[in-house]
Amino acid sequence: MTPVNPDRSYLAVVPAYNEAATVGRVVRSIRQRAPHFDIVVVDDGSTDATGPIAEDAGAHVLRHPFNLGIGGAVQSGFVYALDNGYDYMVQVDGDGQHLPEEIAVLADAMAADPRVDVVCGSRFLGDHGYPAPVSRRTGIHIFAFLLSRLIGQRVSDPTSGFRLYNRRSIALFARDYPHDYPEVEAVLMVHHHRLRIREVPVRMLERGGGVSSIRSGKSAYYMIKVLLAIFVGLARARPVVEPGDDAPVVAGQRI
Amino acid sequence: MELKIQVLAIVASLGLLVVVLELVRRRRFLERYAILWLLSGVVLLALSVWQGLLSTLASAVGIIYPPNALFLIAFGFVLVLLLHFSLAVSRLSDQSKLLAQRLAMLEKRQRDTERRLEAGDEETLERVAPPR
Repeated sequence: MTPVNPDRSYLAVVPAYNEAATVGRVVRSIRQRAPHFDIVVVDDGSTDATGPIAEDAGAHVLRHPFNLGIGGAVQSGFVYALDNGYDYMVQVDGDGQHLPEEIAVLADAMAADPRVDVVCGSRFLGDHGYPAPVSRRTGIHIFAFLLSRLIGQRVSDPTSGFRLYNRRSIALFARDYPHDYPEVEAVLMVHHHRLRIREVPVRMLERGGGVSSIRSGKSAYYMIKVLLAIFVGLARARPVVEPGDDAPVVAGQRI
Repeated sequence: MELKIQVLAIVASLGLLVVVLELVRRRRFLERYAILWLLSGVVLLALSVWQGLLSTLASAVGIIYPPNALFLIAFGFVLVLLLHFSLAVSRLSDQSKLLAQRLAMLEKRQRDTERRLEAGDEETLERVAPPR
């Protein structure tokens, strides 16, 4: 276990959309394996009992009135973390794919280098043998190749949502977090804002239940959207709304 | 330009103008969104009435049959209008996302407060309803 700094506050954000089958287990597991983390489940307009189950398991719950998608759900987590003054925030998906015992791995990496703003758990560093279908791995490797060239730093798993953020990156993403498939674009934003990202090897499981936000029929759309986001992100004149700029809702220039 | 086509073009652009103006008058249409529609109606009407200008425009860009220039201009307006709506929709979805997120935060705070009130938390009671 990581030595816990009692002066720091920790938040685990669990985005969940119709994850009633797994969210209770995920919350209990975080409480057990990472007891110093407060837990907030973002119930992203679920039509099943995701919210009540999460609450019974002992999590705080934010309920969206309708489904915003993974980007909107995670951003609610960032806003909650910022509003409540948390020092660190980790994202743990509600489907059971991320292992709460690995949070300590992320936290160790963050503690080891205070200059790092985002620690990202990677399935492809080290020898963990992530059991993903070849098609998905190919897509991920294409993004990884592109992003690594663009930001001049090796990124092995740009679609991983299992990430630990410090105050600076929380503040950035509370202001602006990409919409549909946010992880890849978020790496680019981190780079644009001269924050530092580090990857550490972690184990991940296949999804425990429910339906992934990336359904197979949509994977072509996913590829195209993310590629577009990467290139648009590169060309964006003003990547993110800074304090004093126009209000962020006017930032609808994103195609 | 043949008289038949000219009459058709004039009637169509007049019709467009009348419909837009009527919608604005009934407040079914924000002025902000009506301006582009009015502009396209006026320009199309002017070009259908004023044959000389249309012919000049058409020959300037190498269009032999002037009514085709009218179609081209109308098509241009349609594209601009569509772009305008895409922008409006993007802005609205950004706004509704922010609203949904803020609503979720407020609802959570309200639930927490109610729960503490039910539990008879003195401190909260004083803050929410100060003793007289």
